[in-house]
Amino acid sequence: MSQDPIRLHKALSRIWATAPGFGRAAAVNHSIVGMRFMITAAFFFAVGGMLAMLIRAQLATPQSAFIGPEIYNQIFTMHGTIMMFLFAIPMLEGLAIYMLPKLLGARDLAFPRLSAYGYWCYLFGGLILLGALFAGVAPDSGWFMYTPLSSSTYSPGINADVWLLGVTFVEISAMTLAVELVVSILKLRAPGMTLSRMPIFGWYILVTALMMVVGFPPLILGSILLEMERAFDLPFFDPNRGGDPLLWAHLFWLFGHPEVYIIFLPAAGALSTIIPVFAQRPLVGYNAVVIAIIVLGFLSFLIWAHHMFTVGIPHLSLAFFSFGSALVAVPTAVQIFAWLATLAHGRPRWDVPMLYIAGFLVIFVLGGLTGVMLAIVPFNWQVHDTHFVVAHFHYVLVGGFVFPMLAALYYWLPQVTGKLPMHRLSVPAFWLLFIGFNLTFLVMHWTGLLGMPRRVYTFLPDDGWTWLNLTSSIGGFLLTMGFALVAMDVFLQRKLGKAFRRDPWQAATLEWAMPTPATPYGFASLPRVEMRADRLSPREIGPELAAGRGYLGHARNGWQETLGVHRVTGEPDQIIILPRPTFLPLWTGLSTLVVVLAMLFKLYPLALAAAIFTAGLLVWSGRDAGQPRDHGLMPAGHGLDLPLHTEAADPPPLLALAFALLATGTILASLLFGVVYLWLNAPNWPPPEVMAPGLVLPAFIALGLVAGPVGARLARGGVARGGTPWLGLGVQALGSVAAMVLLVLLIQDALPDPRAHAYAATSFALLGYAWLHVGIALLFVISNAQRWAGGYISPRRILDLRLTRLWQDYVAGAGLVALAVAMGLPALL
Amino acid sequence: MAALPLLGCAGELSVLQPAGPIAGSIATLSWVMMIGSLFLTALMTAIFFFVVWWPRRAARISARAWIIGGGLILPGLVLPPLVVAAVVVGERMMPHDPVPRIEAHAQQFFWTFRYPDHGGAETRDLLHLPAGQPVDIHITAEDVMHAFWVPRLAGKLDAVPGHTNVLRLQADTPGRLEGLCAEFCGLGHSHMRFEVRVHAPDEFASAVAAETTPSAPEARP
Repeated sequence: MSQDPIRLHKALSRIWATAPGFGRAAAVNHSIVGMRFMITAAFFFAVGGMLAMLIRAQLATPQSAFIGPEIYNQIFTMHGTIMMFLFAIPMLEGLAIYMLPKLLGARDLAFPRLSAYGYWCYLFGGLILLGALFAGVAPDSGWFMYTPLSSSTYSPGINADVWLLGVTFVEISAMTLAVELVVSILKLRAPGMTLSRMPIFGWYILVTALMMVVGFPPLILGSILLEMERAFDLPFFDPNRGGDPLLWAHLFWLFGHPEVYIIFLPAAGALSTIIPVFAQRPLVGYNAVVIAIIVLGFLSFLIWAHHMFTVGIPHLSLAFFSFGSALVAVPTAVQIFAWLATLAHGRPRWDVPMLYIAGFLVIFVLGGLTGVMLAIVPFNWQVHDTHFVVAHFHYVLVGGFVFPMLAALYYWLPQVTGKLPMHRLSVPAFWLLFIGFNLTFLVMHWTGLLGMPRRVYTFLPDDGWTWLNLTSSIGGFLLTMGFALVAMDVFLQRKLGKAFRRDPWQAATLEWAMPTPATPYGFASLPRVEMRADRLSPREIGPELAAGRGYLGHARNGWQETLGVHRVTGEPDQIIILPRPTFLPLWTGLSTLVVVLAMLFKLYPLALAAAIFTAGLLVWSGRDAGQPRDHGLMPAGHGLDLPLHTEAADPPPLLALAFALLATGTILASLLFGVVYLWLNAPNWPPPEVMAPGLVLPAFIALGLVAGPVGARLARGGVARGGTPWLGLGVQALGSVAAMVLLVLLIQDALPDPRAHAYAATSFALLGYAWLHVGIALLFVISNAQRWAGGYISPRRILDLRLTRLWQDYVAGAGLVALAVAMGLPALL
Repeated sequence: MAALPLLGCAGELSVLQPAGPIAGSIATLSWVMMIGSLFLTALMTAIFFFVVWWPRRAARISARAWIIGGGLILPGLVLPPLVVAAVVVGERMMPHDPVPRIEAHAQQFFWTFRYPDHGGAETRDLLHLPAGQPVDIHITAEDVMHAFWVPRLAGKLDAVPGHTNVLRLQADTPGRLEGLCAEFCGLGHSHMRFEVRVHAPDEFASAVAAETTPSAPEARP
């Protein structure tokens, strides 16, 4: 099987290449898209940093006349929003997109076009926010957007809409990538890489991505509800009409708390990868660490309310959330001590990444301990919403994310640039960062204890906060200089660093077994992994793979091939053919941008038209995906014959749809939580008027919903028996159209005015949810018809019909639940 | 942070200069936790440099012992006493027996205090309190969320439209204190402060009675 590495390289490069110049906008390759995410995130980090400098300049002296409250409120809101949504999340996504396939021994992620679309959503959403900042209409109600302050009554301008729509746009990106990463980890690994042989970074990203799948939907739902309240006066959060501002707080922190761990875990994953390299031994306690991060993931969903200790929560709940919050210290401590044990049982050597790891440890431990302090309710009541909390979460986020990411930067930069690091600037840059950070934020704890609330644009000389604030401001500028020095350092290494052959750190993971900088195809052939994938020898494996001695060491049919494996055992079960570069993600992103902008400027007919156009674009572009004929088993190397993914039993899209359903199911669950929450807790219940639709209309809607799964089975059965799917597709189309029309009738005729009371508003939201999902089912059916006619569906290539059936099953179930709750609630009132 | 006490704990809004028993017990709790946190941070830093510089000695402790000792036993020793202490302190702060009540109503960007036990007298941005006696503050909001906070007396509670939250306060001695809105509430948030006047028990009623009409908003710097 051995081949000339140069010839193989040229052949694969031709197949996997992205066109230069304008053609780069069509890129779908994970290395390009991942790098784009990271560079864009770094840009937004710089913007957020400059806003922080404006904050520190304003607070450096009491009664400063530098910035007034109108601008100051925009600045701190945007600082938080940018750092959370436009820096931290995209940066970790970028790292995962860029690094994961390389660590897992795959050539790309499962859905390259989806990651490219995710990037455009992120970029455009970020630009909307940035544009608002420069236009002076940036969001100004704080990054958690508490209502009623963010409602149309108290924030009548476009500012809050920019936040709700812009951030939701960026979150579409986060959701697509979460699904992308989960499926890629479960399906696209090197042959033989069981889950328990996976590099630990894979576990971290798996847990992170799963947390994103269920963590982001509450905020997406909350943002939609709040935007609907602002735009159409539906009173979800208005206490005068049966809504409750606290519902927003719950939905926000149901997202916001897991968010902290979503940010921390990938950074910890980088640490778990880097520390063993500098300890020169594999990670100690691999299993304990895996259990710890899974436990951490679960715990993080149970303790959202510790951000709300002061809103007036029953005592018993306070004790529960307090204990749960303190408990988080356990899985975190397990990880930290696993790292310490790794160093203790290895032969530690010192280099720049280790410097940042030391910095991480000091800062993060203190941040974690002030976190335990904040879990203690009486103390929390004193320092909540003061600068103590500001100091705490900067210790956690800068210590737990920025410092580890800087360690990762110095560790993986040679992999990206192919150049060895130079140390001249790295060490002074670290010390500037470390001293600057602590100077800024250590004293800020004290500022908070002396009573300075957060989000005030000025204070009095008598308050006793003058020197503390000046010290923080000086520290802040040192910190900024440190970041500037790091940027310069990276630039110089790229320009002046020495090239190296392979694996400069003597690491033991697969990303060092490929050419550096990475080729578009990654691995010339795919390795077989027979042991835990953090104990490999890249220097020996690299040349073998380059010579095509692994799997898929060939260039065939111009196909971009990679292997799909069994989710758990890692045994290969299919050859996945990945899509070539295409402008489609860009067009879809642009048309999504039109939807968002039209809603922002309240041009709802245009928004609807653009949304239909976007959906049509997706269906139309899917017309010729996959293979127009059956191929049967194809050789994959080493005597292994595998089906293509179009004919495989467990193709990635099926898993992806399952996780997408988990996400939208979480949206429905959050909505149901909202219904019950308002019903039990909100003032001004019961509503003055309830729905009385009789039984005929709902019965026909239910019938239309049930036609979906029935028709999907008929379609699949028809094709499987060698016939056609037309009967089944017809039943589904009829059922969907009927359900949609009848749902509109139900809302129009039987439902009281949704603007009158939160009961009617939430019922409207439930029925709207059902309507939207039935509409998407209709898109599935249209796509099926189109692709059947084009010859892309056969008894062996039946994936489309399996996807439709899965979607229809969900829609029928979710639709019936939504209908039952909307109809049944009045009986319980 | 060891040098920080030199900067002083004093301040009209300082959590660490309590003027009542509730803030006092929280201040004590704060000191214990802060010193403990600094000690643990120093300990972890020392352990880190110990394992990096003397790995051979550190390796005498087995890997399993490192993880179980540090990950399970250490938090197991620290957390339960802390949570129990917190619950005890917290319970003491909770309103149990009926005590006199005062209503605090927040609105962009001022506070209105009402004294239902004193014929519905009303003050604006000025809260009269009796010394040496617990009082329940019933906190409500007119428009957006605010938070009621007198740092030297007790923790803060949010003023949420549509809800009433009850916070127990007690001031030790007569004198002047400061309070503020702690939840960001819009353009005037930074200036939404109020004055607290603590009166001797026998003078309190007359001080409130003197406030027959709502006073005009006070000029603020």
